Amino acid sequence: MNAIQAVDSTANAASAGPAMVELHGVHKWYDRFHVLKDISLSVAEGERIVICGPSGSGKSTMIRCINRLEEHQRGRIIVGGVELTSDVKNIEKVRSEVGIVFQHFNLFPHLTVLENCVLAPMWVRKTPRKAAEQAAMEYLERVRIPEQAKKYPGQLSGGQQQRVAIARSLCMRPKVMLFDEPTSALDPEMIKEVLDVMVGLARSGMTMLCVTHEMGFAKTVANRVIFMDGGEIIEENEPEAFFMHPQHDRTKLFLSQILNH
Amino acid sequence: MTTHRQRHADLPPPSAPMGGLGWLRKNLFASPQDGALTLLALYLLYLVVPPLVEWALIKADWRGTRSETCSRAGACWAFIHVHLNQFMYGFYPVAQQWRVNLAIALLGALIVPLLFKRFALKRWQGAVLLLVYPVVAFYLLVGGRFGLSHVETSKWGGLTLTLVIAIVGMVAALPLGILLALGRRATNMPVLKTLCVAFIELVRGVPLITVLFMSSVMLPFFLPEGLNFDKLLRALIGVALFASAYMAEVVRGGLQGIPKGQFEAAAALGLGFWKSTALVILPQALKLVIPGIVNTFIGLFKDTSLVLIIGLFDLLGSIQAANADANWLGFSTEGYVFAGCIYWVFCFSMSRYSQWLEKKLQTGHKR
Repeated sequence: MNAIQAVDSTANAASAGPAMVELHGVHKWYDRFHVLKDISLSVAEGERIVICGPSGSGKSTMIRCINRLEEHQRGRIIVGGVELTSDVKNIEKVRSEVGIVFQHFNLFPHLTVLENCVLAPMWVRKTPRKAAEQAAMEYLERVRIPEQAKKYPGQLSGGQQQRVAIARSLCMRPKVMLFDEPTSALDPEMIKEVLDVMVGLARSGMTMLCVTHEMGFAKTVANRVIFMDGGEIIEENEPEAFFMHPQHDRTKLFLSQILNH
Repeated sequence: MTTHRQRHADLPPPSAPMGGLGWLRKNLFASPQDGALTLLALYLLYLVVPPLVEWALIKADWRGTRSETCSRAGACWAFIHVHLNQFMYGFYPVAQQWRVNLAIALLGALIVPLLFKRFALKRWQGAVLLLVYPVVAFYLLVGGRFGLSHVETSKWGGLTLTLVIAIVGMVAALPLGILLALGRRATNMPVLKTLCVAFIELVRGVPLITVLFMSSVMLPFFLPEGLNFDKLLRALIGVALFASAYMAEVVRGGLQGIPKGQFEAAAALGLGFWKSTALVILPQALKLVIPGIVNTFIGLFKDTSLVLIIGLFDLLGSIQAANADANWLGFSTEGYVFAGCIYWVFCFSMSRYSQWLEKKLQTGHKR
């Protein structure tokens, strides 16, 4: 309970900050299939958003639009003041400021943990190797895995790999972190170690958008919970209100399905 | 009821009853069919090996300067011995052959450490090998500068020529093939993609002989009067382009084996196309297709023997020329066996190296 209050107090201060991520009337189609329908969302600096919804509801697609791993076809997406268009320079700029953690980690298997972490800082930010390695070790310590720095990803457990993936993103010192179902591919006993790292990150004031079904995590750290279904944002509320008094029937149905099993 | 037990101790695996007889039983005589096949194979070996050894070693004549010294009861290796210089250097002037030796020794000194070890200056040595060495080797072999006499490429021959064509072909085919493969996958650049597909399919669709013949005989007709570049150079271009088309398809196979998540993770970190290709995708893709790359290299190495048809005397060509030597008629078997052994040594070394490299680059224990 203390933790929740602590996080909430910083959140209130943060939500007054400038918008870090803005989506205005975003639409997207896969061929003829309309995946995102008129999505509008504004995320302030330091805000932590949890996005949930049934599979196929477009939640992953939406956050992948924020670093343009998916292209939107209508509407505007502005990240840290830069609008995402087909301009490659802008896209690379946004991507270097936005970290993403994938469901399947996507570490580079031919590089050691440390090399995974310093690759982008060295080649995108032009950080000298020494400084990049030093920073990487700090982040690896933060995700509690510094002793694995010289190993290859294939030698680590799923939970360890996901923590390395988080550290790798943090090494770019991103302004926003996206999480695309970061615990869905993990064995149950490894979920907590990853969530602990994410909670720690939330406490440090990172702007976060998390697609996850970990409702405990949502209750602990989220400022807002967003429920999506059929490509639309159905409901959006503070966690307590969202879980205790869902407004929409589809939200109620979804919550009853994931909470009462 | 509780089922608590003490923790079970780790036991060693059951030992296999091996030893000589056990091994024979397991590997050669496990069933009646196995036994029959083993005996059949032994019989075939008995038929082939002793006569071969007798011909090649026991009854062979090793020394001699004239064909009459050979008894013809076994192999006449004197034939090889007498023509060895021609087989190695073609008609490269004897007094200048040290230049070929030096070029090869330099190559060996530069490349061997690169192939096997990790060391601090590796990047620099690689750069020297790729940028400085070709210039040095060019002037060493061709001459005409720095006090070295000019040796026309029409005098090059034998193993020297085979190595020149094979090495230039390999060094050119790999990067060209990579570019072609990337071009073929560039779905957002339809013109580039079409050009790459057209090139690959055109070149793969014709035999190497045709490419060599075209480059040697047809090309001069299309060039303006007086512009006539070296026959060897034309063959080199032909071989390199031919091999690059095959290489492109091998590399494309590797690129397709890389999961989409790797491309996404690299892009999401802000790496642009060339950086993510060079740092993340290609190292994995090339590792995946080492067997295919080496396969293409081995094919290329042996394909060099086709330059004979445009009048270049590579290893095989110079052996055929020696077969026509009026003083040494009737020893073509020895010549071809010798050529076969040399080709085999080079190809087998490449094959073993690729296996070693695959093992060395193994980093992920797939779960």
